Amino acid sequence: MTERAPHRRKQLVVLGHGMVGHRLVQAAVERGLTETYDVVVVGEEHRAAYDRVALTSFFEVGAEALSLLPAGAYEDPRVRLLLGRTAEGFDPTTRTVLLDDGTVLEYDELVLATGAAPFVPPVPGHDLPGCFVYRTIEDLEAIRDAAATATSGVVVGGGLLGLEAANALAGLGLRTAVVEMAPRLMAVQVDDAGGAMLTRHVEKLGLSVHTGATTTGVVEREGRVRGLSLADGTVLDADVVVFSAGIRPRDGLARAAALDVAERGGVLVDEQCRTSDPHVWAVGECAAPGGRMYGLVAPGYTMAEVVVDALLGGPGAFTGADMSTKLKLLGVDVASFGDAFATTEGALELVYADAVAGHYKKLVVSDDGTRLLGGILVGDASAYGMLRPMVAVDGVGGIPLPENPEDLILPASRGVAEVGLPDEAVVCSCNTVTKGQIVQAVAQEEDPCADATCVTRCTSAGSTCGSCKPTVKKIVEDWFAEQGREVDRSLCEHFSLTRAELFDVVAVHGHTRFDQVLAAHGRGHGCEICKPAVASILASQLGEHVLEPAHRTLQDTNDAYLANIQRNGTYSVVPRIPGGEVTPEGLIVIGEVARDFGLYTKITGGQRIDLFGARMEQLPAIWARLVDAGFESGHAYGKSLRTVKSCVGSTWCRYGVQDSVGMAIALELRYRGLRSPHKLKGGVSGCARECAEARGKDFGIIATEKGWNLYVGGNGGATPVHARLLAGDLDDQTLVRYLDRFLMYYVRTADRLQRTAPWIDQLDGGLDRVREVVVDDVLGLGSELEAAMARHVEGYEDEWAATLRDPEKLERFVSFVNAPDVPDPHIGFTTERDQSVPADSAGPVSLGASIPVGVPQ
Amino acid sequence: MTAQPTTQPTTDGTTVVCRLAQVPREGGVTALVRGEAVAVFRTRDDGLFALGNYDPIGRASVLARGLLGSTEVEGELVPYVASPLHKQRYDLRTGRCLDDPAVRVPTWRVHVTGDGEVVVGERRE
Repeated sequence: MTERAPHRRKQLVVLGHGMVGHRLVQAAVERGLTETYDVVVVGEEHRAAYDRVALTSFFEVGAEALSLLPAGAYEDPRVRLLLGRTAEGFDPTTRTVLLDDGTVLEYDELVLATGAAPFVPPVPGHDLPGCFVYRTIEDLEAIRDAAATATSGVVVGGGLLGLEAANALAGLGLRTAVVEMAPRLMAVQVDDAGGAMLTRHVEKLGLSVHTGATTTGVVEREGRVRGLSLADGTVLDADVVVFSAGIRPRDGLARAAALDVAERGGVLVDEQCRTSDPHVWAVGECAAPGGRMYGLVAPGYTMAEVVVDALLGGPGAFTGADMSTKLKLLGVDVASFGDAFATTEGALELVYADAVAGHYKKLVVSDDGTRLLGGILVGDASAYGMLRPMVAVDGVGGIPLPENPEDLILPASRGVAEVGLPDEAVVCSCNTVTKGQIVQAVAQEEDPCADATCVTRCTSAGSTCGSCKPTVKKIVEDWFAEQGREVDRSLCEHFSLTRAELFDVVAVHGHTRFDQVLAAHGRGHGCEICKPAVASILASQLGEHVLEPAHRTLQDTNDAYLANIQRNGTYSVVPRIPGGEVTPEGLIVIGEVARDFGLYTKITGGQRIDLFGARMEQLPAIWARLVDAGFESGHAYGKSLRTVKSCVGSTWCRYGVQDSVGMAIALELRYRGLRSPHKLKGGVSGCARECAEARGKDFGIIATEKGWNLYVGGNGGATPVHARLLAGDLDDQTLVRYLDRFLMYYVRTADRLQRTAPWIDQLDGGLDRVREVVVDDVLGLGSELEAAMARHVEGYEDEWAATLRDPEKLERFVSFVNAPDVPDPHIGFTTERDQSVPADSAGPVSLGASIPVGVPQ
Repeated sequence: MTAQPTTQPTTDGTTVVCRLAQVPREGGVTALVRGEAVAVFRTRDDGLFALGNYDPIGRASVLARGLLGSTEVEGELVPYVASPLHKQRYDLRTGRCLDDPAVRVPTWRVHVTGDGEVVVGERRE
């Protein structure tokens, strides 16, 4: 059987669904590779990728909490996850992969992410019942079961993972010993003195440590493990033996396919992680970039990103990795970073040791004492977050050492705050996030993060190993302190409520005017923040015209004049062109109006036409002509629905599978005029090619063979976000129902000027919560939200047509209250590329006393 | 009999620009006074204020179209207009910019007559 996508999209096959394979798929989705590739991921284990770094916590939190994909499937429908299946082999000439169930997968590109296998020394008895490795959740389950009837255990291997395993055995109540061949524990990360300090810590916890010890065999009794014998003749009692003596890359598939492998194992890849076959790539522990294998997750993540970048035609390269490590082993902090063993020529060591407290700290500095090269921390690694970014990586970055570098490791050392990190310092090395990016996340104008948790969510800093979380928190707090800001969600000084709370109290009390809301829930007289916010809430709930006397002085100038103010005080005019579909007659009218009023014209990004340079007093005359020709307000000025962009869809396009233009028009007409916390944009694409760029919109709809996929929470601008799948393969009716609910839920609960993406992010539960409310209707709000939208649709009236009918509303469209026909002399124009553009203003202008006097009312 | 609104002052140096009812509460209108664009505001307690309409920061003649607000500064409630361009706030009483003390717009005397006419007087210096 051959599995292949029905049309001619390319196929990317990923073998391995560990942390790195998962990251690769995530990157492929996030970076849009799935726009051109279908992705098939094959995972050998029966569960989806989980956090192997935190494996030991399985005993406390269970498998669920470790999962990196709790839903068990990817949201992006173009990614298929096949679990519990093994690849038997692949053939680079036919570009096919054979799975153990006989399935043949064709691929255009193949990524090997098969990871590594624990190395079990071939000593006699290594495969007896009671012998285990420490790699998967199943391994841990088996160890737990065996420990139930055991009293003692031995871990072979005193490295990072070995100590984790020893910790686990001790935690299961076993008398535990650690056997390490090297002369010290964690030989790769710490030096002899650090290892000695670590041994003391471990022994204090009741574990026995045997370093410089070679294992000669597993002792058997009655077909089971009973102990471990060492070369010096010692026999250690053990009902459970865990081998954790290093890992070996799983490069068998590549070997069988005759790809190049590294001398010490691992699939040999170049800087782009491409193997000796141009369509096969390798990432993570099974790969050997430049012949070297990396047994940490961060370099694997980088390789995953590099491959996705390469498949997108990008220049990304993997040029080595920061092998810094910080962890808490058996309750002991251990960190190792940079040139920990002082191999740089002329490197000097600064050492601080406190045997009583159990602290060992070593800094490796350059021969002139100005630069930090690396270090080792045992017992107290609190300085790690500050020290690691000070080290230059590949000669890049780094910060000069302070005058007395020993202060950095002495007790009560200077904290993070006093050794200011430069913006380019990498704070999170797992995800390569700099201090600058963290500050940017809280400082940016649009949707800034309000706390460290939000920063971790938005930038990924601290989301993998978590060792930099305290530093991230500190940077965020310092920044807020510098700004003199407290985290306060009050709308403004007149209302100590959030917009969502205000929305509720207005609804509950049935307020219809700002004055009532202010009197009942606010203080003072109001301001330019709360007035438009309350006006928007009232408009959402009542659907009254924004220029009604009770509301008009609440509106920002754009809403107050139903047009967009420009820098010289003139306005731009945008008639609605639903779905971007316009007749030649319509275009001619727009052209004639622009010509007759001397307006600058430009096509907008939302598939309509913007007419610039209208004086406020000209707006009614301009709109009279547009309304006559059948146009209506495009609400370009409002915090409301702007456009629903569309591709041409199945009507014309040979690829289209649904009528995207028809759907876009229907949705634009349905939601036009809906006042919301921020502007709203939509898009509808007629097929998976996504020409309408719908996933860059607050709501994006993409046609499928069976109906529509609904994506929510996208936007462009300074912090672009792709919309994420809310529900798939919907019929027209269900699509509209979900959209009604989604939009009304947003209108009711979002903060002022909060677009859908950050709104979803700050909801407890995020997109899953939205799905619960909108799709599963767990709050039972569905029909109420739909009814609210139905009222909006029913009550819709073109604001400009209504304004033109009402002399009282028109009265305000004058340049001067006492000289309505005199144009404001401050407004001047010049010509650029045959169109009218604003002339710069030199300052206040006086018409002098020569102007005709008096205009009757 | 009420006077017609004019753009030029009468002999006493004052200009009748409109009727009070034409200025919405918590809103403003632009008047032409001796060739200059003057923004006339009416607060919720019917206080009248007149400022130059030109926003020196946004460099456009727009202040009458700004939203009115109030803020507490050292225990005192300061009424202001926020420019519709970039939201800088100008004290209605003094013309001083609350967000940049170096910036100030001119102010005019303004009052309402017993007949409900809004009269703009001398420009204050």
